[in-house]
Amino acid sequence: MLYREAGQFKTNYVDDQAVFPIRQDRIGIAVILVIAFVGIPLFGSDFFISAVMVPLLVFSLAAIGLNILTGYTGLLSLGTGGFMGVGAFACYKLTTIFPDVNIIVWILVSGFFSCGIGILFGLPSLRIKGFYLAVATLSAQFFLDWAFVRIPWLVNNNTSGAIEVPSRYLFGMPITGPMAQPEVRYLVVLSIVTLLTLIASNLVHGRIGRSWMAVRDMDLAAELIGIRLYRTKLLAFAVSSYYCGVAGALMVFLWYGSAEPAVFGIDQSFFILFMVIIGGLGSLVGSFFGAALIYGMPIVLKGVVGLVGLQISPSTVEHLTFMAVGGLIILFLIIEPAGLARLWQIGKQKLRVWPFPY
Amino acid sequence: MLGLKNVKTTMIAATLVAATAATSLPATAQESIYVPLFTYRTGPFSGSGIYIAEGMRDYLEMLNQRDGGIGGVKLALEECETGYDTKKGLECYEAVKDKKPIVVNPWSTGITLPLIPRAAVDKVPVLSMAYGLSAAAIGETFPWIFNPPATYWDGASMILNYIGGKEGGMDKLKGKTIGYIYLDAGFGKEPIPLLEQLSKDYGFNLKLYPVAATEMQNQSSQWLNVRRDRPDYMIMYGWGALQPTAVKEAVKINYPMDKFISIWWPSEDDAAAGGPGSKGFKALNWHAVGDNFPAIADIKKYVTDKNLTQTDKSHIGKVLYNRGIYNSMLIAESIRNAQKLSGKKAITGEDMRRGLETLNIDAARYKEIGLEGFAGPVKLTCADHNGHFATYMQEWDGSKYVKVSGDLKASMDKVSPLMNAAAKEYTEKAGSWPKRTEACDKAS
Repeated sequence: MLYREAGQFKTNYVDDQAVFPIRQDRIGIAVILVIAFVGIPLFGSDFFISAVMVPLLVFSLAAIGLNILTGYTGLLSLGTGGFMGVGAFACYKLTTIFPDVNIIVWILVSGFFSCGIGILFGLPSLRIKGFYLAVATLSAQFFLDWAFVRIPWLVNNNTSGAIEVPSRYLFGMPITGPMAQPEVRYLVVLSIVTLLTLIASNLVHGRIGRSWMAVRDMDLAAELIGIRLYRTKLLAFAVSSYYCGVAGALMVFLWYGSAEPAVFGIDQSFFILFMVIIGGLGSLVGSFFGAALIYGMPIVLKGVVGLVGLQISPSTVEHLTFMAVGGLIILFLIIEPAGLARLWQIGKQKLRVWPFPY
Repeated sequence: MLGLKNVKTTMIAATLVAATAATSLPATAQESIYVPLFTYRTGPFSGSGIYIAEGMRDYLEMLNQRDGGIGGVKLALEECETGYDTKKGLECYEAVKDKKPIVVNPWSTGITLPLIPRAAVDKVPVLSMAYGLSAAAIGETFPWIFNPPATYWDGASMILNYIGGKEGGMDKLKGKTIGYIYLDAGFGKEPIPLLEQLSKDYGFNLKLYPVAATEMQNQSSQWLNVRRDRPDYMIMYGWGALQPTAVKEAVKINYPMDKFISIWWPSEDDAAAGGPGSKGFKALNWHAVGDNFPAIADIKKYVTDKNLTQTDKSHIGKVLYNRGIYNSMLIAESIRNAQKLSGKKAITGEDMRRGLETLNIDAARYKEIGLEGFAGPVKLTCADHNGHFATYMQEWDGSKYVKVSGDLKASMDKVSPLMNAAAKEYTEKAGSWPKRTEACDKAS
C-alpha cells in the first residue's frame, strides 16, 4: 500500500539511474540511518552495542569486501581471514610507530597494505579460475597465517604474540582501548562502514562495477568488448582486500581490543564466505543480511532460550545453535539459492504490485 | 510465494523480539552473589574443558546446597559457553558485565588478554588461574588481575629445575638438548624468552617444535624432527587435542616417556592416549588427584547424587576436575575474605578484588573446608598476585598419576627480571596505562 511508486515521475536520466529510484526506499534508508546513528547509541544497552552491533558491522564490511571479489567479479577467495589480518597488523604497526597520527587515519590506511598483499595473491587469477583459484587464495591464507605467528616484528616482539591495542583518542575521547565507551566505538565503526558502503555502492553501480560483472558473467565476452581482464581482476582483488583489511583493523581495534593470530585463521575466511553466500552473491545489502544471519542468529537463539525460561545447559544451547544455524542455512538455500538479498528483492517486488499477484 | 514473505516476516519479528530480550537481561534476585563461569564443553578444547567446567560448577553448587551459599548469601551461578573462542568469550563477557559479576574466569589465554585492560575500567577482577599473562602477577601494575598459584614462566623454570635435579645438578645440563613442543599461540610462546635465557645460562641446546592450533591432531612432522634431533628431554606446553596427539606420537617414535615432561594441563585421558607405552609420562601439578576429601564427598552427597549437575560421575577426582575445584575454592575463599573485609554480604567486584588480594589459605583453613592436604598454602599480597608457589611432578603409571617429586620451586632470580621487564613493556605499549589507585588492605 505504502510501498508504491505510482505518481513518482522521473524527468531526467540522473533521477532514473539513481541507486534508489523509489522515494520510499530513500525514506527507508534515511530512517535506518537515523536509527543506526541516533536511536541505537541512545537506547541500546552496552551488550547490544558492543556484542551485537559492532561485530555485525565489522563482519558486514568484511562480507562486502569478499562480495566485491566473489559476488561481483566471480573470483572465489578463501583468503579473507588473512587479508583481514594484514589490515589489523598493519594498523598495529603504524599506530605504534606513529602514535600521534589519529587512529582512524591508520585504520583507513592499513587497508592499503592489505590491498597490496591482495594484488600480489590475486596475480594467479589471471591464469586460473574457479576452484583452482580458490586453492591459490587458500595458499595466501596459509602463508599469511604462518607469517602472523612467525614474525615477531609484527607484534613488536610481544611475548604473548598477540596485538595489544593501545589507547587512542579522537577529540579527547578514547576510541580504542579499555576506556572507550561502547557508544563511541560503535559510532566510529558505523561511520567508517557507512562511508565505505557508500563508496562500494558507487563503485558497483558505475563503470568499474559493470566491468567486474561482465568479467563474472563471461570473461571471454568481456575481453571482446574491450575490458582489460588483468586490470579488472586485479582491481577487484585490490578493492576487496582493502575492505577486508579495514574490517580486520576495525575488528581488533574497536571490538576485540587484543587479538591472537589465530583469530585470522581459515575459520574466519569460511565464516565470511558463508555470510556472502547466504546473504546473496553480488549484493551489498545481502552482505549485511548474511552477517546478521550468520553472526546474529546464534545470539538470537541463545536469547530466545533464555526468554522462554528453559532450563537447558549452555553447552546444549551451543549444540542446538549449531544445528539450528546449519538447518537454517540449508532451508534458506533451498527456498532461495540466490540468498537473502534475493528474498528481499522478491518481497519488495510483491509489495510494489500488491494487491495484484504480478 | 506468500510463504516466503511469511518466513521473512516471522524471522524479522523473531530477531526483534530476541534483540529486545537480549538488551533487557533479567535482574538477578536480591542478596545473591553473581558468579559467571566461562566454560567450554564444546569445541576442539572440550576434551580438557569439560572436566574443568564440571569441577568448577560442582564445588560452588555444593556450597549453595550445603551451606546456602557463602556467608548466608546464595551464589547465582551462570555458565557461559565460550568454546575456547575469543569472539564468543567476549560476547559472554559483554553478556555478564551488566549483571555485576564479582569475578570472571576466562579459562583461555586468548580471552584473558582483551579482558586485562578492561578489568580496571569495569571493576571486574579477572582470576586467570595459572594461565594468561605471566607478567600480570605484578599487583602494582595489574591490580585487577590474579593468576595464582604459578605462572607459565615459573612452570618452565620448575621443569628445568626438576631435570637438573634428575641429572644431578644444574651444571649437568650443559651440552644437553632439550626440546620444547608447544601450542603455537600466546600460551605456548610465552615461555620461549625464558627458555632461551636459561639455555644461555645453563648451556643446553633448545629445540623448538611449534604446533599450530589447526594442526594439533597432526604432529607427525614435529615428531619426525624430534626423532632426528634426539633431544635428551622434551617439554610440552599443550592444551586440548594437542596433548593426547603428542603423547601418541612420542610413543610411536619410541621416545623415552620418562623424559617427556609437560606443564600442568594434561588430563588422565591425554596420558592414556598412548596406551601402555605412555607409562612414565610426567606433568606438573599443584593439587591432589583423587576424591578422598570430605569436600568432594559433600559434592557427591549434595550435588552429583541429587542429579543437580551434568557431571559424569567417573570424572570426579580426575586431575582437571580437581583443578576446577581448586579454581572455585579460590573464588569461594576470596568471597569469604571480601565479606569479612567489607562487612557486606552481597559483595561487589571491588570488594572481591580486595578479597583476592588478601587471600590467605593455610593448612588449617584447608582442613576447615574439607580439603586437608589438597594443595599447598596460598597467600597473595598487593605486590604479588601470583605467589609463585611450589608445584610437584606427577607421573603416569598406566592408570593414574602418582606424585614422584617433592616441592619444585621456580628460580625466581631468573624469572623475576623477565617478569618485571614484560610488565613494564606491556604498560609502555598500552599508551596510557593507569597508575594503581586501589588502596592496599592489611591481610586479614
